[in-house]
Amino acid sequence: MALLVLGAVHLAAIGAGFLAPYAPTEQNRSLPYAPPTRLRFVDAEGRLHLRPFVYRLVEREGAGGVYDEDTSRPWPVRLFVRGASTDRVHLFGVEEPARVFLLGADGFGRDQLSRLLHGAQISLFAGLMAATLSLGMGWLLGTLAGFYGRWIDAALMRGAELFLALPWLYLLFAVRAVLPLSVSPGQAFLLLVLVIGLVDWARPARLFRGVVLSARERNYVLAARGFGASDLYLIRRHIAPQTIGLLLTQAALLVPQYILAEVTLSFLGLGVGEPVPSWGNMLAALQRYHVLSSYWWMWIPGLALVPVFLAYFALSEALRARAGPASP
Amino acid sequence: MNRKAPVKRALVAVAVVLRSAAAFAQTAPPADLLRTDHDVGRPGGRLVFALRSEPKTLNPVTAVDSASRDVIGRMTGDLVHIDRQTQRTGPALARSWGASPDGRHYTLELRRGLRFSDGHPMDADDVVFSFACYLDERNGSPQRDLLIVGGKPVAVRKLDDYRVAFELAQPYAAAERLFDSFAVLPRHLLEKAQQEGRLAQAWGLGTSPAEMAGLGPFRFKSYVPGDRLILERNPHYWKVDPAGRSLPYLDEVVFLLVPSEDAQVIRFKAGETDLISRLNAENFDVLAGEAAPRRYRLEDLGPGLEYTFLFFNLNDLADGKPAMSAKQAWFREIAFRQAVSAALDRAGMVRLVSRGRGTPLATHVTPGNRLWVNRAVLPPKRSLDRARDLLARAGFSLKDGALRSAAGAPVEFTIVTNAANAARVQLATIVQDDLRELGMKVQVVPLENRALLDRVFQSHDYEAAVMALASGDVDPNGEINVWLSSGPTHLWHLGQAQPATPWEKEIDEGMRRQLVTLDPQERKRLYDRVQELVAENLPLIPLISPNVLVGAKEGLGNFRPAVLDHYVLWNADELYWR
Repeated sequence: MALLVLGAVHLAAIGAGFLAPYAPTEQNRSLPYAPPTRLRFVDAEGRLHLRPFVYRLVEREGAGGVYDEDTSRPWPVRLFVRGASTDRVHLFGVEEPARVFLLGADGFGRDQLSRLLHGAQISLFAGLMAATLSLGMGWLLGTLAGFYGRWIDAALMRGAELFLALPWLYLLFAVRAVLPLSVSPGQAFLLLVLVIGLVDWARPARLFRGVVLSARERNYVLAARGFGASDLYLIRRHIAPQTIGLLLTQAALLVPQYILAEVTLSFLGLGVGEPVPSWGNMLAALQRYHVLSSYWWMWIPGLALVPVFLAYFALSEALRARAGPASP
Repeated sequence: MNRKAPVKRALVAVAVVLRSAAAFAQTAPPADLLRTDHDVGRPGGRLVFALRSEPKTLNPVTAVDSASRDVIGRMTGDLVHIDRQTQRTGPALARSWGASPDGRHYTLELRRGLRFSDGHPMDADDVVFSFACYLDERNGSPQRDLLIVGGKPVAVRKLDDYRVAFELAQPYAAAERLFDSFAVLPRHLLEKAQQEGRLAQAWGLGTSPAEMAGLGPFRFKSYVPGDRLILERNPHYWKVDPAGRSLPYLDEVVFLLVPSEDAQVIRFKAGETDLISRLNAENFDVLAGEAAPRRYRLEDLGPGLEYTFLFFNLNDLADGKPAMSAKQAWFREIAFRQAVSAALDRAGMVRLVSRGRGTPLATHVTPGNRLWVNRAVLPPKRSLDRARDLLARAGFSLKDGALRSAAGAPVEFTIVTNAANAARVQLATIVQDDLRELGMKVQVVPLENRALLDRVFQSHDYEAAVMALASGDVDPNGEINVWLSSGPTHLWHLGQAQPATPWEKEIDEGMRRQLVTLDPQERKRLYDRVQELVAENLPLIPLISPNVLVGAKEGLGNFRPAVLDHYVLWNADELYWR
């Protein structure tokens, strides 16, 4: 179940270009903070339409930010339309000049749904990639430390403690200040992944070290060693399989944590910059009181985090149950 | 002396109550009070105002930050004052003044019988002492430059106890405006510090109220660090209302420290503060959208003096990297800047950033400056065709949707701006989107304000920036630091020994000539020409000017907000609770 939800969410993110009705950076300067467009079946004269339609929104004269529906003409929602600005086929859309903003628009009149889907590419995959990186490093260093012990163990674990003690938020500020001004969104994304992943390898490394430490003292490992098995063989054949369960549970736990880390960093302006959307920089608009208090649809990226997190936690719970009560 | 003072004070009070100063003319000279012209109010009450940051000092000589100046402005008086509403000068501590025909000698006649807030009398010695303090280099006063005219400091001389002469090295237009906001200091309290060279350290926030005195409507009472600063009524203030009652009406002014604008709005909405100024349009709409029983009223005063603008780095970079030099070659082309300007959707900026409460700008002079704006210069209408045409003629070409320079390099640059200011970041994002349509690839980099200023003023390590400036006064002289090519705020190209371009030379000449021209019409003509030059050459590309938006609690009398600083507290002496 959890896997299904996660699969669907990630597929939606990958297919954002097709699923989203507009380009995430397309501004509509006459429609700042337009509320979610209502899909209708019954028009102003009471006639029933089989195909859902929308009314065009028009800003009320003299009252900034208040919109009225122009009911003089319905604009039917069509499937598989070619976008005006992007020249690619979108799942659905309406003819210009009407707009369909299912989740409302932000302060530049950009479609929140399109931004949410495109933002998911960054937020969800930053979490996945950072988790891969930090678990990879954690697994490698933790296994080395646990397997070889002695000075390797001491050096790696002291190093891990050092990383745990780092005030990473300030480290990030420092890193950002040293970097050149112009960081393209792609570079910013990689940087984000690198920073989150590299800073946080220490905790998984400690866990893996513990598991490896107990595994290498097992009788069958000692026996294999007695028969002259090489270190690499031992790790591959006997030690690594012991850590798989832990690896998966950790992954399911860390991914949402790192998604949240991306959201936090972008919220603080340290992540991917405008106009490229990420859930964090979309939520950053809520730092302003009037957005917080007046436009509920600006909260949607925050709400979207909830099912994603629940799915990941359910997944980690399921993995733990499958691995049996022994695993941490 | 100390024993006599209360007697004199009592006499002044009696004179005021009886409103028959003549009867006492023989016994004690009556104080020469200024009679104001506004609604007669009721005494008593306190006014609460939120400051966005903690004041750094209460010293009028050294204060730079706006929070300090907000407080000090209520505690001090100046010789000649600019009426914030009419934008014209009027008598204050000086009852009258006269200029010699050559505009180099000014004589100010002081009001007689005035007292500092501690009861000590004020006379010409205090005025001479005050200007000596502002001019003393040891004190590092930010206002010192204003007193250097024609390269020489203004000479201040006492003629008698109530007359002071000011001599200027060259004629200086509208010199009387200079006196505004030069607070007259109490010599009896500060002379020792000045002689010992410690004046810059005097009057910090820890100073005891007994060691401070001023000529403003209020005087220092107490300060709780991080929380509030309280001023109390100055019983010796030199203004009376039309009914002859001494001002101010209010007993106390409380400055609360509320660090963010949003928090200020919430406190104002909750009725915890009585006045709010410098609101942004969004919060203004939030407040205006409140349900019917509102306990405050809001006013949109129209455009203020603040102008936001985009500018490119035109500095001579000694260690310029080749990539930056190539970019600067475009930035230096007038056609490039004109194309950028033509592509900008200023109407959209007003709509999105100021929610309609703003004005597109043609030059740095906003329509809020009614006396000086050149109405013949109109903000450019958005025209992508004109922009493309200008670029094509300057050798730029469009290839696969990307604009390329004559040398074939793609046109890409970054715009830095203040991350803490959401409106600036929004403006920069709109600029980015507008220029994308010309094929320029622009990135917006919001920076912490200190880092931004360092890059612009010190290291010159940036490509373009969106910033704002606001002059304190409507007079062109307030803008001179920006427009002289050698000026310290000549942002886009700092530290020029010689004007780098012919038009900068012409602006220099225009600004210098208007400075020494005494005929107001001729000055206006000269400043109009400067505005034309700015609109044509676009050293900074003017964007929009946000309206000045303010609010006050219901029941505050004589609330007359102005587009000049301080927008709502400038007439604190007249405010009262109904």
